Amino acid sequence: MEAVPARARAYVAGLVVVTLCCLLPLPETHAPWWAVVLLASLYAGGEQAAARRRFAGTFYPVLLAGAFLLPPPAAALVPVPGALLSRAEQRPHALRRIWRAAQLALAVWAAGRVHEALGGQDAVRTPDFPYVLVAAGAAVLAFCLALTALEGGILALAERVPVRRAWRGLFVRSLAPVAVHGLAGLMMAVLWRSPYGPVAALLVLLPMCVSWWVFAQSSRERAAHRATIRALVQAVDIKDGYTRGHSERVGQASMMIARELGMDDARVEVLRFAGILHDVGKLGVPTRLLRKDGPLTPEERRVIELHPEYGHEMVRGIGFLGEARAAVLHHHERLDGSGYPYGLMGSQIPESARVVAVADAFDAMTSTRSYRRARPVPAALEELGRCAGAQFDPRMVAALVRALAREGWHPAVTADEERPGLPAPPVPDRQGARR
Amino acid sequence: MTVRPRPRRPSLTALIHAGAALLAGGSLAVTLWTGMEERPTALAFGVLVTVGELNRWTGARVREAAPLGAAGALSYALLGANAQEPSRHGAAQVVAVVLAAALVGCVPHVARGQGPVLDHLARRVLSVAFAAVCFQPLYNRGVFDHWEGPAYALLLLALLALTVLCDCVLAAALAHSRTGWPFGPLLRDELRALLGIGSAVCATGAVMALAVAVVGLWALPVFCLPLLLTQLSFRRYAAVRTTYRQTIASLARATEIAGYTPPGHARRVAELSRAVGRDLGLTRPELAVLESAALMHDIGQLSLVDPVPAGATADLPGPEQRRIALLGGAVVRQTGVDPSVAVVVERQADPYREQPVAARIVRAVNAYEEKVQGAGPGGPLTALEDLRLATAGDYAPDVVESLARVLARDCLTVPSAG
Repeated sequence: MEAVPARARAYVAGLVVVTLCCLLPLPETHAPWWAVVLLASLYAGGEQAAARRRFAGTFYPVLLAGAFLLPPPAAALVPVPGALLSRAEQRPHALRRIWRAAQLALAVWAAGRVHEALGGQDAVRTPDFPYVLVAAGAAVLAFCLALTALEGGILALAERVPVRRAWRGLFVRSLAPVAVHGLAGLMMAVLWRSPYGPVAALLVLLPMCVSWWVFAQSSRERAAHRATIRALVQAVDIKDGYTRGHSERVGQASMMIARELGMDDARVEVLRFAGILHDVGKLGVPTRLLRKDGPLTPEERRVIELHPEYGHEMVRGIGFLGEARAAVLHHHERLDGSGYPYGLMGSQIPESARVVAVADAFDAMTSTRSYRRARPVPAALEELGRCAGAQFDPRMVAALVRALAREGWHPAVTADEERPGLPAPPVPDRQGARR
Repeated sequence: MTVRPRPRRPSLTALIHAGAALLAGGSLAVTLWTGMEERPTALAFGVLVTVGELNRWTGARVREAAPLGAAGALSYALLGANAQEPSRHGAAQVVAVVLAAALVGCVPHVARGQGPVLDHLARRVLSVAFAAVCFQPLYNRGVFDHWEGPAYALLLLALLALTVLCDCVLAAALAHSRTGWPFGPLLRDELRALLGIGSAVCATGAVMALAVAVVGLWALPVFCLPLLLTQLSFRRYAAVRTTYRQTIASLARATEIAGYTPPGHARRVAELSRAVGRDLGLTRPELAVLESAALMHDIGQLSLVDPVPAGATADLPGPEQRRIALLGGAVVRQTGVDPSVAVVVERQADPYREQPVAARIVRAVNAYEEKVQGAGPGGPLTALEDLRLATAGDYAPDVVESLARVLARDCLTVPSAG
C-alpha cells in the first residue's frame, strides 16, 4: 500500500481535528496528572514489549481503566504516546501512527464520556456493585462501537472495501475480547480507587499478560505444526520427485468438493489434510520402485499397492486428523468393490475416502507425468463422469464439476514457494545441504 | 552437581500424603467442632475452586494444571475482609473448604481414570494450609492492623510468593521420589515454570483477596472470567502441543515404515535419550529439544535410494554417517521445529568433543540401541562395553556412564508423572 488515496489522508486529518476538539477542555479539567502519566507510560511500555515479544493482545485494559478513572479528555490522552511510538508494519509509518493514535483517543474518549454520563465514576469510587457493571458495560460498548466504526471507515476509504463488507462482522468479532478487557479494566479501576491503590491495580495486568503470552505461543506452535505436516508431504516428494505438488493440489480439490457438498468448516479442513496426506504411505515403498520408468511387473505393482496401509500406519497416531485417516487408508477403493486394500463396496467406503479418490484421479489426469502429457480439465471431467458409479461416487464427481464450473481450477502450490532449502531431488554426495 | 544412582523412595511420597491427610482430617474435625463461619463466602469460594478443578487438564506437561482452582484456594486462604468487613474464618476452615471443593472437582477425573489425583490433592491441601496458617491466625489476632493500603497488598503478594515457592519444593520432592530423577534439575524446572503460570496464579490470588475485601463476592465472577480465559488458552496450548508431538512422532516413524530402521527404534531412542538427559540434569526446554531430535535422528536416511542394512548407521564409515546426518538436518529444518533440533540432528555423527550435549546423548543412545537389536540376552552388557571402549573419540564418557546408570536403574518403564 504505497500510495494512500487522498481521501484516506483527508479522513485521518479530519479525525485528528475531531480528536483535538475532544482534547480542548484539557486546561480546565482537574485530573490527577500523575495517574495520566503512569497509565500512558504503562500503555506505551506494554505495547512496545508486546511488539518485541510478539504478544497477541493489546493493552486495552489500561485504556479502559483510564476511561473509568479519569475525566474523558484526560483519558483520551492515555493511548496517544503509545500509539505514536508504536512500530507500524508497513509504509507510510507516520500516517499509520497518527491514525492509530486518533482512533484510540476517540474511542477512549467516547467510552469515558458514556461512563461519565451514567455516573460510573462515583459508582467505581463507592464501589456500588452491581451498578458499576452497567456503567462499565455501556462504556465498553461505546468503546467497541467507536473502534470498529472508525476502522470500517478507513478500510472503506483506503482499501476501497465496500462499506457494508468493511463493517460486517467487525463489531461482533471484537466485542467479546473487548468485553473481557473491559472487566479487567474495571477491576483495575476499582482497586485503584480502593485503599490498596495503584499497586493492587497493576497486579490485574499480570494474568492478562500471561494469557497473551500463551496465546502467542500457541499460534507459533500451530504454525510449526502445519510446517511439520508439510514436511511429511515433502518427505514423499524427496522419494517420488515427479508427483511434486500433487499432494497440495489433491488437498485443494478435496476441499472444493467438501465445500460444495456443504460440509462445515472443520470437516472441510480435515478433508484438505486428507488430500494432502493421501499418498504419505509412499514413504514405505522402495525408492527404486517409485522412480522406475516403464511398466511395472505384477509383483512390483503389489508392493506399490501397499501404500495406503503404510500411510494409515503412519498417520493413525495423529489425533486431530480424524476421518482423514480413513481417507488415507481407503482412497484406492472403488465403488464396485474392485479397489484395494480391502475391496470395500459402495457405502462401505468412508465418505472422506470417496472425496479424496475423485480429487486424486482428477489431479493425476490434469497434471503432467513423466510418461504422458497433462489432459485438459474438460476431458478429465468427462473421463471422471464415465467412471462415476463403477469407480467413483457420482455425488462427489458432480460436486467437483459444479465447483469447477463456478470457481475454475487454479491450483496454488504453496509448498513450492516455501521450500527455499529443500535438498531436491537428493543427489548422493550432497554435503552442502545444511544451509 | 553430583549424580549418583539413587534408590526410589516411595516413603517420601507416603510421608507427604500422610501429612496432607492428617492435616485435612484435623481441619475437618476442627471445622465440624466449631462450625462454619460466614457460610456464603465459604460456599462462593468452594464453588470457585470446584469450577477450577473441573476444568483441570490432565496428561499435559504443565506445572499448574488448574490455575483457577489454585488462585481461588489461595485467595480464600488470604482473605482478610469481605466488602470492608473483617472476615472471621480460621485456617482450619480454609483447608476444609478447599479440600471439599477439590474432592468434588476431582470426581470426574477419577471416574475417567486420568492422572495421579492423590499427588495433586496433597499438594493443594499442603500449600493452602501453609498460606492459611501463615496468614489467618495473625490476621485474626490483629497483627496486620497497622499494615495499610499498598503495604497490605504487597504483604499478600509476598506471602503468596512464599507459598508458591514451597509448593515448588513439594512438587519437585514428589516427582523426585516417584521417578528417582535428580532433585536439583527438577526443582530448577519447577522454579522456571513459576515465571509463567505461577506468577499469574500469585497475582490473581492476591487480586481476588483484595477485590473481595473491597467489593465483596461480586469480585469473584467479574475477575474469574479473565482467568478462565487464561486457563482455556493454556488448555488450547496444551492441545496444540499434543498434536504437534504426535505429528513429530509420525514423521519419525516414516523411516520405520519405509524400512530404513527397525520398528520402534526412534521411539526407544527418544525415551532412553530423555532418561539420560534427565540423569545429566538437562533443563525442561533442553529435554524437549533432545526428545524431538532423538525422534527424528534417522530422518536423513529417507534421502537414500537404498536402505542401510537394518538401519545400523553406527557401523557405517564416519563420513557417510555425517552425510546422512546433514541430510537429516536439512529435512528437519523444513519441519519448522526449533532450529536447535536441526543442529542436534546434523551434528549427531561428529566426534563428541565438537558436539552439543544433546547430540552426544543421541549418538551414544542410538549406537547402544542399534547394537542391542537382535543381540540376544547378553546384548546390553556387550553393547555398553563397546561404547565404553569407543569413549576415546566417538562417545562422550560421561554420557556413556549416565546411560549405564539409567539402564541399571531400569528407568525404561516410563514413569507416569512428568
